[in-house]
Amino acid sequence: MFTKFFYTLKNFGVPVSMNEWQTLLEALEGGMAGSSLTGFYHLCRALLVKTEAHYDRFDMAFAAFFGDIETPEGLPDKIWEWLNKELPELEITEEMKRNHRQLDWDELKRMLEERLAEQSEEHHGGNRWIGTGGTSPFGHSGYHPGGIRIGGESRNLSAVKVAGMRRFQEFRTDETLGVRQFQIALRKLRQFTSRLEGAKTELDLDATVDKTCDNAGRLELVWERPRDNAIKVILLMDAGGSMVTYSRLCNQLFTAVHRANHFKDLQIFYFHNCIYDWLYHSHACEQSDYTDTEYILRTYSSDYRVIIVGDASMAPYELMRAGGIIDWGLHNDRPGIEWLRRLRQHFEYSAWLNPIPRDYWDWTDGAFTIRKIAEIFPMEPLTVDGLEKAVIALRSKQAVAGK
Amino acid sequence: MAKKAGPHDAGNGYQGSADYIVSDDLRNCVNIAIALQKPLLIKGEPGTGKTMLAQSIADSLEKQLIIWNIKSTTKAQEGLYVYDTVQRLYDSQFGEGDVANIKKYIKLGKMGEAFISPEPVVLLIDEIDKADLEFPNDLLWELDQMSFYIPETRETVAAIHRPIVVITSNAEKELPDAFLRRCIFHYIEFPDPEGMERIIAVHHPNLERKLLEQAMEAFYMLRNVPNIQKKPSTSELIDWLQALVVGGISPNRIKQELPFLGVLLKKNEDLDTLLNQLQGKAKGRNPNAVGNSSLSRYRY
Repeated sequence: MFTKFFYTLKNFGVPVSMNEWQTLLEALEGGMAGSSLTGFYHLCRALLVKTEAHYDRFDMAFAAFFGDIETPEGLPDKIWEWLNKELPELEITEEMKRNHRQLDWDELKRMLEERLAEQSEEHHGGNRWIGTGGTSPFGHSGYHPGGIRIGGESRNLSAVKVAGMRRFQEFRTDETLGVRQFQIALRKLRQFTSRLEGAKTELDLDATVDKTCDNAGRLELVWERPRDNAIKVILLMDAGGSMVTYSRLCNQLFTAVHRANHFKDLQIFYFHNCIYDWLYHSHACEQSDYTDTEYILRTYSSDYRVIIVGDASMAPYELMRAGGIIDWGLHNDRPGIEWLRRLRQHFEYSAWLNPIPRDYWDWTDGAFTIRKIAEIFPMEPLTVDGLEKAVIALRSKQAVAGK
Repeated sequence: MAKKAGPHDAGNGYQGSADYIVSDDLRNCVNIAIALQKPLLIKGEPGTGKTMLAQSIADSLEKQLIIWNIKSTTKAQEGLYVYDTVQRLYDSQFGEGDVANIKKYIKLGKMGEAFISPEPVVLLIDEIDKADLEFPNDLLWELDQMSFYIPETRETVAAIHRPIVVITSNAEKELPDAFLRRCIFHYIEFPDPEGMERIIAVHHPNLERKLLEQAMEAFYMLRNVPNIQKKPSTSELIDWLQALVVGGISPNRIKQELPFLGVLLKKNEDLDTLLNQLQGKAKGRNPNAVGNSSLSRYRY
């Protein structure tokens, strides 16, 4: 039964490894669950879940698996013992086995989706989830002794109930890519130079040997400034409405860039769909809070690395025509594409990251503008691979491979 | 060799201490970590008492607490030992001390200290996420085996008693999987009002009921203001209550005037955000803002 729980967790997207599972079994042998389902819940969570982002998945898996067991706290030892063990073969009736076989993966998934839909309602106040209906297919399937109901109202909060509350929902990230992976990809964006400023903290071995020899063997230490990353980065992020879909992905990149402490300078600006005369200081693109694009082109030296994050999808006129700007009350004399070309001209180390998967670029709504912009900037999808490629592009002045 | 704790220790291990309120699940986690002899990784919003927990464990179990504060420049090696070559060179030149004895120039770091302590200790590795990305990976072996080798003296330093290791993280950086797999993890939730009252009672036992109620209401209201970057936390609430008491603020004024707001909100942007919200100016001022509100998560 426990092995089954392992796979339930995996199916719900909790990354459990065998190591941790072994530890759990060890802990159970040591009686650390305190023979209560709540104790078991906390034990499992502490050992198997390693980030609060997965707490919610764990809760759902736990509720799905143990949803049927409604117990007063402190399960009688005998039953606990029984639950602890693999169920003896003979107790699985033919009917149960049939049931089990019927539930193939697709069906399970479909049922899970239903369950999820149901649960969002529950989350807003209902209480069916924990209720008396022992109909959960997840609980029944497999070799867990389905339908066990040990009567009596639970006076304490049972583990299943705690799990059913899904208190950690907001921590869910559903990330396919971790911030860490982005961070590691970004680390490759470095260029070492000896700094001109800063404290001399590193021992210069050769100079020390020379000096000491000059002193006829009396030690004299020579220090030098540590080599430091001289990479300066400008991050331009599309804050347009169509980017909302990708906000999570963009957040991760943003977090990774923001936390990368190896850049000498990091400037972040926002734009709305396309870059025109102004770059905004906040994601809200407030029209009172901006820097002239012209000023940026003038002020920031061309060795700044420019990373542009945007879906590059807009109406063709937004990119191609003067006055095409989407914001009501604003007017652009130069078409957006001209601004993009000027940016690329000035910042030769630049790349565009597009959160839209590459496969979609040819036929999505913004296919035309994506193509046009990809002719100007090297464009990569916003994935770890894409970021790695973009980092390579940012390290050399790369001609865009136009199609 | 380190002695393995028996399973029975789980029941009567850490119980919380007088000045630190611990939730049931956190207490369970601590005891599981102690019994399984694995490092306990604690995450949570700033100000939820992550660092205090280690102190509390040490107090409750009457053990010494050794704190290793991690900074952005900290290297894993420093926690084990430092070999002071320069001192040795100088000493050799001026003929001071016994230069032949390398041991004299080996200084154990915090982790080394915890290993050689004759009594079991609590080792707090505070804010591990401040360090370099690879830092946790560099400690895997030492945390697993609780021993390390000093090539200079050809000695192995092994833990006499496995220390109880508590690691805190503010989630500034993601930690590597291999490291996470070895830890017991617990996320300290922000306490609900009831839990908060119990925590406050520990710090301000004689607080006027009315004052507490008003302050708590204002506090949770502030936490719920959208777009606040640094939400006020437990430690800030405790400071604020102190300020309110010292300032002799009447409970009735708290919610209207929010006195000493600077104690709760530390960022200028947050104060601005709050003022905007209170005056209802946030909406309709900027047509662009429409449709972009969910992008507020860009801000960290």
